Amino acid sequence: MKTVFVTVGTTSFDELIETIISSEATQALKARGYGRLVLQVGRGALLPDADSCPNIRLEAFRYKNSLAEDIEQADLIISHAGAGSCLEALGAGKPLLVVVNDKLMNNHQLELAKQLHVDSHLLYCTCSTLTETLRTMDLSVLRPFLPGQPQNFANFLDKALGIK
Amino acid sequence: MTLVVGAVFAALLLCFIFIIRLYAVVKKQKPQPGAKGPVAVLVVAGSGGHTTEILRLMECLSSSYTPRYYVIADTDKMSQEKICTFESSRGQSDSESQFTIYRIPRSREVRQSLSSSVVSTLHALQYSLPLVFRLRPDVVLCNGPGTCVPLCVAGLLLGILGMKKVLIVYVESICRVQTLSLTGKILYPISDYFFVQWSALRDKYPKSIFLGRTV
Repeated sequence: MKTVFVTVGTTSFDELIETIISSEATQALKARGYGRLVLQVGRGALLPDADSCPNIRLEAFRYKNSLAEDIEQADLIISHAGAGSCLEALGAGKPLLVVVNDKLMNNHQLELAKQLHVDSHLLYCTCSTLTETLRTMDLSVLRPFLPGQPQNFANFLDKALGIK
Repeated sequence: MTLVVGAVFAALLLCFIFIIRLYAVVKKQKPQPGAKGPVAVLVVAGSGGHTTEILRLMECLSSSYTPRYYVIADTDKMSQEKICTFESSRGQSDSESQFTIYRIPRSREVRQSLSSSVVSTLHALQYSLPLVFRLRPDVVLCNGPGTCVPLCVAGLLLGILGMKKVLIVYVESICRVQTLSLTGKILYPISDYFFVQWSALRDKYPKSIFLGRTV
């Protein structure tokens, strides 16, 4: 069974949680073959019960020490625009849909999500377009996100500091 | 009266010397401490993402960077564990693993206002100055948490006083694509090597070094 993992990091994003468990969104997920929905809701007010969604198998929790396992098990990750969450999902090589919280203005974290979207590493939408995006998205357009090259930094510094 | 004039004159002279020294330290040719032996590096680990990023950079630094002094904010609970895990993982290749962790008060919490940040940064400076003066690192390596400002200022002061030229190496976080962080803006003029992760920032800041994404 294909799994969707929704993560909001250490923030709260109730609008996203509310939208994703709506019957429209869960039907759209079901239509695309996703049968299990795992929600990490952070400090949000909403912590849905497992039986609150008839369409889909639902699990929800607030925090875990490490989300690595949930990310590893997911076939699709839906995340807030936080840099940490985006990088963790992309680093694991998972298809990522970022939902922007348009109520947070001038959030510098958006810079990274926008750039990664421009470079086709992730899909990008808002809560009001989420269900439509789930219906129409094409994950095959996403390009893999290659890890950065800390060795380039080390080589530069070695040379600058005269280390042989 | 002559005493007052004398005092004012002395103060002005001190300011003048300070500015000349500041200019000399920032502009003069950069030393190559690695040519003489191991390089002592003071690493400022911030919190969360900053620590993850800086440890990614540290992974590739050879054992020529010894000893390694890590400084973390006292409100940071996660970084110490991450650093210890990281250092023990490099332990095998690095037979004489040498690292120490120091804690200083945090200079700025996320979303703290600018004016209260100034006060808490001054508070952090009280702890940073003796620490940096005692350790006298060759390099301060940092990537953006507010805690790096007082430590870099302390390093700069060592140079101004002619005690030691401390190289300030700043690596802007991968999160900053179009604009520098507040810390980045403060440290841009005083850093010796200023790295950015995205080409848009290199285009805006000519002194910066862009090697592609490095974390």
